[in-house]
Amino acid sequence: MAIISNAVTIADAGAFSASLGAMVHIKTLTASSSGTLSFVHGSSSVVFNNTYPIYQFKFFDIHPATNAAEISFNVSIDTGSNYNVAKTTTCFRSYHTEDDNNATLDYVGDFDLAQGTGFQPLALNQGNAGDESAVGTLTLFNPSSTTFVKHFCFSGNNSHDANTPGAVSGFFAGYANTTSAVDAIQFKMSTGNIDAGTIKMYGIKDS
Amino acid sequence: MGVISNGTTLLDAGALDSGVATGAMTLIKTLTASSSANLSFVDGSSSVIFDNTYAEYVFKFYNMHPATDDKNFQFQTSVDGGSNYGVTATTTCFRAGKNEDNSTSTFGYFAADDLTQSTSYQRLDAGRTGNDADSGMSGTLQIFNPSSTTFVKHFIHDGNTHKSNNQSMHALVAGYFNTTSAIDAINFQFASGNIDSGVIKMYGIK
Repeated sequence: MAIISNAVTIADAGAFSASLGAMVHIKTLTASSSGTLSFVHGSSSVVFNNTYPIYQFKFFDIHPATNAAEISFNVSIDTGSNYNVAKTTTCFRSYHTEDDNNATLDYVGDFDLAQGTGFQPLALNQGNAGDESAVGTLTLFNPSSTTFVKHFCFSGNNSHDANTPGAVSGFFAGYANTTSAVDAIQFKMSTGNIDAGTIKMYGIKDS
Repeated sequence: MGVISNGTTLLDAGALDSGVATGAMTLIKTLTASSSANLSFVDGSSSVIFDNTYAEYVFKFYNMHPATDDKNFQFQTSVDGGSNYGVTATTTCFRAGKNEDNSTSTFGYFAADDLTQSTSYQRLDAGRTGNDADSGMSGTLQIFNPSSTTFVKHFIHDGNTHKSNNQSMHALVAGYFNTTSAIDAINFQFASGNIDSGVIKMYGIK
């Protein structure tokens, strides 16, 4: 960006963009008893192509309508017509209950995928009490590549369901096993609606 | 942002930021320790914003160096503008460690540094930080939606420490402050002794 008046450059000579920051907010979606939340390239001002090499999705207080459900995601290679890309993933967690009866670090095989086309959970047994929620950051690398599989990493924290309330720190990672460009992503609960919560989408420049 | 010449606003009158992408990550405040007992970020004090302006706040630690050897770097939050730092928290902690002489490798849940509905300070180094001249701790702490009056306040920390026994310790700490009151201040300190040196930067994520 520059400031030019009557063809005379007053300031910058084109270098202002260096101060604009590498993390660019693209879109915010807020759930209200929503079945799904989707970010589709070219729809509703969403950019989800090779403009950015890294995309991040941040989750703020995702609250399920149904107890012991999980926020989950899938991706699409046909701009949202189908969300069913094969994925191989891992999941481990650090878990600590409010009564101190359980303090665990373990791999959770129930929440990984082995070439599964289903939705990948991003939390573990979320509670739906009034103050319970899930937060975290999903990073998706180079979704527009037509050479490589599409890696992702997620770290988050959620309130465990009210039967055994506690903190669950979840770590999920893996890849969507496709060399087609990923151009859409969808989030939903494993069962029931997303009662409330916000997901923000960012693009990371120059990375 | 505006363009002002000789006291006259040529462009913007301060509104240009609303129309120009300025990036989503905003530096709010930098604090530098110099034999400091603690470092605090309090909403409304010393230009700190710590309210519903941002949905996420990020604190980055650069070489937090204790005055006293073998001490935990730790934090707590406040719901009363920093008058009290003692919000009830339930948290998890696990770690991966490696000694410089290859004598010990560590990986596992670290119950000594978790909290169970406790108002104590939360440790962030999963061990203790050394005070050799080249020791210290660095990392990143995220706090989500601290101003919510509906939900508990989740946080996630990922950092690395140079311990006094010449061990590299990767600490991953997360949990929630079990309050539905808005959190508006945060305090960092070593378990005892001063913060000899180090920098903490606070960011807001739009």
